[in-house]
Amino acid sequence: MQRWSRFNIASIVIGFAFLYLPIVLLVIFSFNESKLVTVWAGFSTKWYVQLLHNQALLDAAWVTVRVGLISATVATVLGTMAALAMTRYTRFRGRMLFSGMIYAPLVMPEVITGLSMLLLFVAIGFDRGFWTLTLAHITFTMCFVAVVVQSRLLSFDRSIEEAAMDLGATPVATFLQVTLPVIAPAVFSGWVLAFTLSLDDLVISSFTSGPGATTLPMRIYSQVRLGVTPEINAVCTILIGIVAMGVLIASVVSRRREIQRVKDEQAAFAH
Amino acid sequence: MKSLGSIRRSFAPWADPKSVPFIAVKNVTKKFGDFTAVDDLSLNIYPREFFALLGASGCGKSTLLRMLAGFEQPTSGEIILDGQSLAGIPPYKRPVNMMFQSYALFPHMTVENNIAFGLKQDGMPKADIAARVDQMLKLVKLDKFAKRKPHQLSGGQRQRVALARSLAKRPKVLLLDEPLGALDKKLREETQFELMDLQQELGLTFVVVTHDQEEAMTMADRIAVMAHGKVVQVATPPEIYEAPNSRFVADFIGDVNIFDGTVSSAGNGTVEIATQSGFTVRVASAELPAVGANAGFAVRPEKIRVGRDRPACAPLNAVQGEIWDIGYLGDMTVFHVKLKDGKVIKASSLNAVRAVEDPIGYDQEVWISFDENAGVVLKD
Repeated sequence: MQRWSRFNIASIVIGFAFLYLPIVLLVIFSFNESKLVTVWAGFSTKWYVQLLHNQALLDAAWVTVRVGLISATVATVLGTMAALAMTRYTRFRGRMLFSGMIYAPLVMPEVITGLSMLLLFVAIGFDRGFWTLTLAHITFTMCFVAVVVQSRLLSFDRSIEEAAMDLGATPVATFLQVTLPVIAPAVFSGWVLAFTLSLDDLVISSFTSGPGATTLPMRIYSQVRLGVTPEINAVCTILIGIVAMGVLIASVVSRRREIQRVKDEQAAFAH
Repeated sequence: MKSLGSIRRSFAPWADPKSVPFIAVKNVTKKFGDFTAVDDLSLNIYPREFFALLGASGCGKSTLLRMLAGFEQPTSGEIILDGQSLAGIPPYKRPVNMMFQSYALFPHMTVENNIAFGLKQDGMPKADIAARVDQMLKLVKLDKFAKRKPHQLSGGQRQRVALARSLAKRPKVLLLDEPLGALDKKLREETQFELMDLQQELGLTFVVVTHDQEEAMTMADRIAVMAHGKVVQVATPPEIYEAPNSRFVADFIGDVNIFDGTVSSAGNGTVEIATQSGFTVRVASAELPAVGANAGFAVRPEKIRVGRDRPACAPLNAVQGEIWDIGYLGDMTVFHVKLKDGKVIKASSLNAVRAVEDPIGYDQEVWISFDENAGVVLKD
């Protein structure tokens, strides 16, 4: 048994407090009876009920989800294609430049990405709104998908593709029946990552959005500037709940799969 | 010299000038940038032959196999299969199948779907696919494992799935890339014989790439020994072993002792070589090198006798030395004999009886000797 030293306990308490105290406060005050955010006046769920009647917030949530779904899906397709090109054609001219350019948006300040997008849309006379927002999200999430998928492809055994072709599968059939199913988990995590990034983006959205296309983070931010209401706390609590649930499910599923795999392997070698 | 044909069965289409090769590799060169993997190589492989490409890694054997499968295109030259040029034909349209070294099983499919994959690509009716898959599973004795995924199988079972999958389409030629490389020694030996039986039963042409000479010797009808992208010798296993055509082949296959010297006489089917070890070798040889030329004499350890007494043939084909090392292997004993000039000779003798009175020991003076037809003359 490991012994808990005082130092270890202190580290853990401080570390977790640092990470979670703000969130815990937010969750607690979302159940506050009082309208005043920092004064506790008893338990209530009225802000959650009120939320259902706040059309502006609901609209913003709907925009966010739609932008997230479309941009994550398109970014996944483009990012996977880029990752394939990068791992498969290792010797074309300018490959280093190309790969550098794919990864640049990862470290590019969002303000710059957002501003340059804005300039582009203005220059080509594209009215800002839902589609400019979606395009911008595709652009900045695509590189994340490319990174995730590429790391999977690096450990991908190319000989199974050769085996498929050897058995008569055309290159397209090989991709659809062999490559894609094998890399599917990475493609899916790329999609989830893109979706999450799109959900909580504020900076790029602020630059590229237009009338009628306000996302939830934008709405929350603009409301908070007028003062924090318990309603906002309620929205955030729901968001936290959804994200926590997602993480929980993902880790349980992968843990189970791992246990199953180990069992299978033991069974195979027991023969 | 006596003919050293195939001893396994009377099957020798390569010796018959009328037989038509099934696979003809014609002056094929493959370059990767500046590196020449396969260098102006020509080969004929006959129907129903079990053909082995043997060589160290990087000798071009795998590249040649990949060109047969269609994963690489020759830089020049052409490959003809069953009278048809394979130039420009993609892998998925070639009537050959390959068994990969890593097995390359589809990890997301069950065993039966792995085997059915190629049949589905051909649009075979479902009932026929099921019947064929069933037959293949029985052939490799995996009928109980049809619903398993590859990661639920042991190494040997995976190897069988890979074999069943590559045979399911009944290819004209089966290419095998180090088919037994990943198995342990015992399983490998069993599987060698199973592969040979299978090839006989199905009447297919097998081309196997291997770096394991025992594997090649056991399984193949003919072996092509490769080095630096070229074929050094193509012959049956006994010919390769007993009549290597070069120093490289003699050295590469099995253990060998090579004596260097100059030809002192040649004629009447025998050659005499004055060796640098101070004795003269007389050897039966069909080819007669010029007198005075440099030549080598290669003799295998099991063809050398070790004894205390001066043999009758001395000083021809016999020389004195002292026992330097003794390796007892159970079935045989290997002696390392150090000659006067410092050269160490390997000689092995079969332990035909359980115990010998007064066995040969360390540091003893001994004579080594061999017969006139025990070795071969190497001309290079």
